[in-house]
Parts: sequence; structure tokens; C-alpha cells
Amino acid sequence: MKTITQTYLLLAASAALVAGAASADPFTQADLDRWKAEYMTSVEKGEKLFHGGLKSKNTVSCDQCHPNATNIHPETYPKFQQQLGKVAVLGEMINWCIMNPLESDPLALDDPDMVDLQSYIHWERRGVPLAPGKH
Amino acid sequence: MSKSINRREFLKRGSALLAAGSLPLSLVEVAFGQNSPENFTFAYVSDSHITHVKGKDFVRNWDRGLIHAIAETNLLDPRPDFVFYGGDIAQLGKREEIDHGLEILSGLRGDVHYVMGEHDYYLDLGDYWRKQLGPDHYSFDNKGVHFVVLNSVLTYDDWVNRWGGPMERMLQMARLDNPQGSPFMVGEAQREWLRKDLDKVDKKTPVVVLSHSPLQKIYKCWNFWTDDAEQVQALLKPFDKVSVLYGHVHQIQYNQIGNISFNSAMATAWPWPYPSSYKQAASYLPKLTVEMNRADPFFERDATGWQFINVHTGNVDAHYLLPDNQNRVVAYDRKAGHPVDTKFQPAENRIPPQTHY
Ligand code: HEC
Ligand SMILES: [Fe+2]
Ligand SMILES: [Fe+2]
Repeated sequence: MKTITQTYLLLAASAALVAGAASADPFTQADLDRWKAEYMTSVEKGEKLFHGGLKSKNTVSCDQCHPNATNIHPETYPKFQQQLGKVAVLGEMINWCIMNPLESDPLALDDPDMVDLQSYIHWERRGVPLAPGKH
Repeated sequence: MSKSINRREFLKRGSALLAAGSLPLSLVEVAFGQNSPENFTFAYVSDSHITHVKGKDFVRNWDRGLIHAIAETNLLDPRPDFVFYGGDIAQLGKREEIDHGLEILSGLRGDVHYVMGEHDYYLDLGDYWRKQLGPDHYSFDNKGVHFVVLNSVLTYDDWVNRWGGPMERMLQMARLDNPQGSPFMVGEAQREWLRKDLDKVDKKTPVVVLSHSPLQKIYKCWNFWTDDAEQVQALLKPFDKVSVLYGHVHQIQYNQIGNISFNSAMATAWPWPYPSSYKQAASYLPKLTVEMNRADPFFERDATGWQFINVHTGNVDAHYLLPDNQNRVVAYDRKAGHPVDTKFQPAENRIPPQTHY
């Protein structure tokens, strides 16, 4: 976030100084490559957490029931979960599965592990159109 | 047709009976001329994945699934001729797991025939399992039907010997979506054994084959697959009626290839998504299959269960008994020449939970 803001500021400043220069792209290919790499690192961490890396009190792991993160449907969130009695975000259902099949302690919604799990889950689902609220 | 009683009725009577000390319960009325030698039932329980946590602790959820299936199986009346266990007793092939699973399974009334699963096999290449249960491939006859059990979860030697140790190998094979996995197969030695075994059998004799993996190719990346499926099918081709029953897939599947009917078993432990729900790869679920209902994660037994099989005049009807879900009956339809779901086969009868995505 910070990097992006700084880049914008710099670009705005240089655009103002060099009047008449063709409007520059606000970020470079090198930026894109780095951002993608950062994301893929998170995907890889998430993939490991999902396949047994997450601390699980009973040894059960996500991939046992969700091979390739199937049947997680991240594109349908937020959605109403009857048993939770409310519209929930993906992280809340991840925690539900951590507390029940894994019999373990839930993660804070902004825990880095929670973020990495979601990076992996979304990556396996890439290309599927958004379908918020769908069951 | 046989008729299964509805779920609520069964549970009500079942639990009352369990409390009253297990009086028999009429689950199925075999209406196809009881006297015909080829009519009988057997129970079919599979994929319990008993998991050792530490010390005397095992994963409660998987224990409960197996205990539940056994309690219900014991209520079948008429009594089934025997019980098949379809493989994956254990999660990581450990002695603790096989012992604990067999201790629970010892509660079953009647004879049990066992099939080897990959989770039983890849720690010690099946040694402990065979020590407890005997050979992993064998055949026998029951009331005019020839039964064959195969170990279909073998794989290539270079894969087997690639890993640092037995537990590393087991963990690699235990991961369903492992890109470093290796396809299952029956293998040449067992196919030769099968050829000789079937040589002695009249081609009019109904044959029922039990394997852990499907003896057909559905989705390789999750090993819903047997690499030499076609060669095994070729050995079965000369027979009038062949049924293949398999575990491993933790979901309802059925199919017909030529003379061979296929029916899968549900797991007692947990259900699996259908391969088509993975959007990054193509898979081939048999067109005939009406998918099981999607599981509600808030009910841990949902979309798990066990089955009893009604064998009539050499064909097989599979009754899926699913706690927390609708039971399903997939029966062989003689006119159509393949298995059909007795309720959901017509597209217009399907219900929203059967849509997987
Ligand atoms: C014992 C099997 C099991 C395990 C282990 C398990 N889950 Fe689930 N989970 C399910 C089932 C069954 C569903 C319902 C799937 C459906 O809606 O089709 C589900 C649903 C979900 C959902 C909601 C999906 C939706 O469509 O709304 C999320 C998110 C989820 N699981 C994440 C996880 C994560 C992350 C883990 C590991 C921490 C995990 N699960 C472990 C069985 C399991
Ligand atoms: Fe299994
Ligand atoms: Fe298996």
C-alpha cells in the first residue's frame, strides 16, 4: 500500500515537473513482477498451511476434505450462513473448519496465516466469476 | 425391487433397538424370489481413515463414523451373508491405526472380507495389514456368484523407492491432490493371477470384483483412476454379468462399461468434492452418475455413510445409507442395461444440493 502511494506521488511530481511529457504508466513491469511474486509467495505459504502446515491439534488438515481447495467457493463470499445466523466472510468459515474438523484454535481474521490460506484458496479458484451470496 | 425404509424411521427404530439390545431390524425386503440361489445381501463399509493423534488419542470424528456404520450394519435383517470392508482403515498405515480400526470393526456381526487401501499400504507396503488380515487378493464363491478381491493400489517401483523412508512415502501417497503422486494399478502379477482365477469360472456365473480404486479412469490427479483399468476390464469382458465395487472416492459414483457395472462406496469418515469442482483441470465423471448432495459442514456425518448391496440374479443394487442426508438407491435397471438412481436419475427430479460447482 505504502509503496503504491509513494509511486503515485513520485509520478505525480515528475508529471508536474516535466510538462508535456507523455502520460507515464503509474507503475512499471518490474513493479508488476514484484507484486505478483509477493502474492505467489503468500500462495505458496498458504498451500503449505492448507496441506498440514497449520497447527492442528488432531493432525487433520484442510486438504483431506478440500483437495485443491475445492468446495470452498471463495467467489460466493460474503454470504449468509444459516448456522452462524448472519452474512459471513470467508475467514469466518475458515475458522469454523479450523475449530471443528481440526479441533483447533481460530485465527484472527488478519493473522498472516489467515491471509496466506486465502491467497492459496483464491489462487486455486482463479477464473471463476464472482457470485456473492450464492449457495 | 428392494425397498429401504426412510432415514428418520430407520434411525428412530434403530436407536430404540440399539438401546433395547440390538433386536433385528427389517431394512430390506428382498422381493426377487428369495429362493433363487443368486439372491442375497451383503453390507459394504469403507474408508474410515482411523487417525492416531498421540498416546491413546484418535481423531474422534473418524472413530464415530465407523462406529455408526457398524451399529447400523448390525441391525440389518435379513442378516447379510457377509460384510465387505472397502479399504483405508487407517490414515497413515500405522499399527496403532490398523489395530484401533480392527478393534472397532470386531463389533461387526458376521464375516468380514477386507480390501487393501493406499492408506493401509504405503507405510510398510501392506505387511502389517496382511499379517492381521491375510492375502490382499483372493476369490471365493457365494450362492452362485464369484467374488474377486484385488489390491488395486499398487504403483510403479521407481516411485515406491524414491522416498527417504516409509513415513515420507506414506505421507506422499496420503495427499490426494499431490502433484508428486503416482497412479494406482493392479499390476501384471495380479492380472495374471486374475486371468488364471477366472479361467476356472463359467462365463455365465455372475462376477463381483472389489477393488479400492475405481477400475475405470475418472480423474488422474486425485487417483480416481487405475492405470491398467482397461487390461483388467478386458479380463472381465467374457462374462455375462460383472459388477465392480470400489471405495477410495468418498462419494457416490456409478457407471456401465459394456458388461461391467460400477458402483462406488461412501466413506464413513468424510466426503470428497467431485473432481469437476476443481476448475484448473478436466475430469471425467461417468455421465450416468447423479451426484450426491453437497455436504453441510455443520453436520459432521453429513455425506458420509455405508451401503448394503442387494445381489439379485447376478446384478447388484447399491443402497447408500447416509446419516444426516437422504438415503440413495442405485439399482441395476435390466431394461436400460445399467445402474440408475431409483429417484434422481431423470434430470427434472434433481434437487439443488446435487449441483456441485
Ligand atoms: C472433515 C472435512 C473437512 C475439513 C478437514 C475441512 N473442511 Fe472445510 N468444509 C467441509 C465441508 C463438507 C464443507 C461444505 C462444502 C460445501 O459447501 O460444498 C466445508 C466448507 C468450508 C468452507 C465454506 C465453503 C462454502 O462453500 O461456503 C470453507 C471456507 C472451508 N470449508 C475451509 C476449510 C479450511 C481452510 C480447512 C482447513 C483449516 C477446512 N475447511 C477443513 C469439510 C471440511
Ligand atoms: Fe479413503
Ligand atoms: Fe483411498
